[in-house]
Amino acid sequence: MIKFDKVSKKFGEIIALSDISFEVEPGEFVFITGPSGAGKTTIVKLILAEIFPSQGKVYVLNENIKEIKAGKLPFFRQKIGVVFQDFKLLTDRTIFENTLLPLEVMGKKRLDAEKQVKEVLSLVGLEERMNLFPAQLAGGELQRACLARAIVGQPKLLVADEPTGNLDPSTSWQIVKLLKKINKLGTTVLMATHNMDIVDSLKERVIKMEKGKIVKDEKEGKYEPI
Amino acid sequence: MKNHFKVAWQHIRRTPYQALAAILVTTLTFTIGAVFLLLVFGSQAILNWFETRPQVTAFFKDGTKIEQVEALKSQLNQTGKIAQIKYVSKEEALAIYREQNKNDPLLLEMVTANILPASLEVSTTNLEYLENVAEILKNNEQVEEVIFQKDVISSLSNWTRSLRRIGFGLMIALGIISLSVILVIIGMKIALRREEIDILKLVGAPSSYIRLPFLIEGVIYGLIGSLGACLLSYLLLLYSTPFLISFLAGIPLFPVNPVFLLSLFGGLIAGGIIIGALGSLLATKRYLG
Repeated sequence: MIKFDKVSKKFGEIIALSDISFEVEPGEFVFITGPSGAGKTTIVKLILAEIFPSQGKVYVLNENIKEIKAGKLPFFRQKIGVVFQDFKLLTDRTIFENTLLPLEVMGKKRLDAEKQVKEVLSLVGLEERMNLFPAQLAGGELQRACLARAIVGQPKLLVADEPTGNLDPSTSWQIVKLLKKINKLGTTVLMATHNMDIVDSLKERVIKMEKGKIVKDEKEGKYEPI
Repeated sequence: MKNHFKVAWQHIRRTPYQALAAILVTTLTFTIGAVFLLLVFGSQAILNWFETRPQVTAFFKDGTKIEQVEALKSQLNQTGKIAQIKYVSKEEALAIYREQNKNDPLLLEMVTANILPASLEVSTTNLEYLENVAEILKNNEQVEEVIFQKDVISSLSNWTRSLRRIGFGLMIALGIISLSVILVIIGMKIALRREEIDILKLVGAPSSYIRLPFLIEGVIYGLIGSLGACLLSYLLLLYSTPFLISFLAGIPLFPVNPVFLLSLFGGLIAGGIIIGALGSLLATKRYLG
């Protein structure tokens, strides 16, 4: 599903990733942990082909991201669901319209797309709020809306970059439970986080990052603060 | 597509002053363009009319016989430079005079056919022959006076040429200004919506999906601007018609041919759409490249 092969990424003089290698199999749930600046977001950006490696190769969904042509990039991204810490919802569209967006860009038929959106919003518990705008929703609801948008296109891979970073513990748990549910339905989930409780409780694979390097990769790992 | 129109309309509604600026500049450009085009075509039509009118008129002395007129006509025809010759008798001259002054009974009362001279209206195949023909007419004993409109035609011709050049230059300059204004405004909107564009890219929106609303927005500016120009120039034409009819008395320029007007407006609208599309295309290329 994902393969990092001796990947390094530099931003000028700053080394964000240094010679890292790992693989994620289909259906896995993987945490990427580490303090701020460890390289978690860089990994997420590489997976989304927002940036490209300085050295090494990144394969996502069997494609070397460096070889994806600019015109094909949108179609590549349509296969990946993304959840952001800051939600990144379009403020001038309702929750329903935001969730509809990935299907709209895919060119799905309106009626089918609307049915799919309603199902997903029901799954994340937002069916009653679907006609509200992001400004009218609380943080947890926004993150659920973001999650709905990420999964509505039924992606094989879901990438979540600090999805609980802006949420209180109880809301964070709701989001993680949803991510687990999505994973059980067959979607590979990769979640960058520094939420110790969640990582420790879920007992899933943990890739621990530090200063751009992988310092630990455990099957049923725990969060180990530095 | 419907959704792209909705988004484009939303962009316009949310920044009404920028939209207004783009539309006003386009309207101004095309109104000036339309006025110049009307002037150019109008003066060209006047020129054509003058060219097809009798360009030399010879007035005969009283008592000139028809045989003498016929002799002069055949003398002129033999030169091979004549396009048309028409004899206007005293009675016909009176009829023309009556038609021209039908609204002024005082002028009609005082005139009879006797005081109006018979005349020969001659047009040549080329303006250059006018002087030669006028000379032949002047040398005829029965001819009292010769008038010809060479000066009117050549000055009108110069005027039309200058008008065409100024209009063309002005249209180009204003077209560039309109294009730049649309480019800058669409560019600003792209910059304002940078975050939204980034989100769209992340959810896999193809380039066309992101660009299309901006392109439609530019086309809407061009379209509304040129429609405004059509309306303004039509109103201007309606307003000035009574004055122009009396000013150009006798020249059959009005009512303006509706096919010509529709073609002119069609051209303006097409121009507006092209400028709008080009401006927004350049902006999306520059800022979304």
